[in-house]
Amino acid sequence: MSETSDVLIIGAGAIGSAAAYYLAKRKISVTVLEKSEYIGNGGSSRNGGGVRQSGRHSAELPLAMYGVKNLWPNLSQELGLEVEYCQGGNLRLGKTEAHLKILQGLTANCVAGGLDMRMIDYREAKEICPYLSEEVIGASWCPTDGHANPLLTTLAFYRAARKLGARYVSGAEVDKLVKNKGRVTKAITADGTEYEFGQAIVVAGYDSGKILATVGLEVPMMPLLMEILVTEDAPRMFTQMLGTAMADFYGHQSTHGSFVFGGTHGFEPYAEYGETKLTSVGASSTCRGIIGYFPVLSDLKIVRTWSGWIDDCADHIPVMGNPKETPGLTIGCAFSGHGFGISPVAGLLLAQLATGQETALDVSRFSYDRFRAKV
Amino acid sequence: MTLERNRDFGDYVPAPDDDLVICRCEEVTKGEIRQAVRDGMFNVHEVRRLLRCGMGLCQGRTCAKLVKAIIARELNLPAPSLLDATARAPMRPVEMKVFANEKGL
Repeated sequence: MSETSDVLIIGAGAIGSAAAYYLAKRKISVTVLEKSEYIGNGGSSRNGGGVRQSGRHSAELPLAMYGVKNLWPNLSQELGLEVEYCQGGNLRLGKTEAHLKILQGLTANCVAGGLDMRMIDYREAKEICPYLSEEVIGASWCPTDGHANPLLTTLAFYRAARKLGARYVSGAEVDKLVKNKGRVTKAITADGTEYEFGQAIVVAGYDSGKILATVGLEVPMMPLLMEILVTEDAPRMFTQMLGTAMADFYGHQSTHGSFVFGGTHGFEPYAEYGETKLTSVGASSTCRGIIGYFPVLSDLKIVRTWSGWIDDCADHIPVMGNPKETPGLTIGCAFSGHGFGISPVAGLLLAQLATGQETALDVSRFSYDRFRAKV
Repeated sequence: MTLERNRDFGDYVPAPDDDLVICRCEEVTKGEIRQAVRDGMFNVHEVRRLLRCGMGLCQGRTCAKLVKAIIARELNLPAPSLLDATARAPMRPVEMKVFANEKGL
């Protein structure tokens, strides 16, 4: 059996569905294949919801700023579903001089890129968020950052793309890509179905690696296990996205009142890739991080914990582009744990790359051939 | 299982009990669940992520079976053919300070 579309998207996460939406809006025929039974079951539904420009790599900063200026403010209206975008600013907290040094470095880097971000002292941080521990001595502050609901954003893009005629097939795992006369022209799924295309976009998180390998491409990335927890509802306390210099926790209070927090504990690279799982230390470590900055939350109850996989790139920024080795193929992967905040703009750029349009932003720094061996 | 997601449900026929609250924690009605299925949410996971049914304090202990039955009926499938939502730790809500404590009692 063989089926044809102008663009085949492999991966129905936030970015794949955003690309499908922007293509379908231009009346291009799109098919989206999803390995899982569920839409957005990878990192797209398993992240902290940050829509953050501060702390971004200089290559990623223009994408984040473009999204916050042009896409996020109208996204709910455009997609016809409330995605709970809240522009409450980003506070990144420090307790020691060493922490402040890290924050100053991040701030200088982003200010050089044109972002409105600055260092503030404890007093000003306390005015912005009155619940801070007195151990905090300073913070970086970016007033235009914020957060959104990743589950709703992903499903909103899916729902809108589907309404515009994008064809979605779930439970369809791509086994391999096939080249014909030097051009990548079809994907074959595990059940043997062949999907032919003018152009394919591989946007399947860490699993992009094994799909790309079938046409000889290698992306240097590794899977990191990221664990998240969510609390019971609490009265509205603050609207900021929060983080720390040490990344021991990050998170926000969602629209309906739960706090969503993630954190790192140091053992992320040692989990065996496969089904998502929870470690024995993850939630405990994150709770100690949170209570260290917000002692007032220590009696709040946790109702759920879950985890997801990050596709961490060797240089921690994504791979996006059309590799010259594989005409017919567009890549969007290795978002390294900060893909959600730039998912609308990444989808837009991938849609443009896949159709030979001029991209809204320069993507040359994300090119597949930027990697060099050490010797 | 491979699933084509572009199906035509025809016009929405309102049911007299569409206003019935199914998930009491998050106040989700039967009509909202039916509409979500027609919007492409074809399983318990996706409906939960869209509407929050089963994400409240009881974590779906009360409504999980009802939600599943409504989705199945809308899809014209037997309810047992749909998978349950993933159960998430902890089994009961637990205070952050308890999780954070590594010194024992």
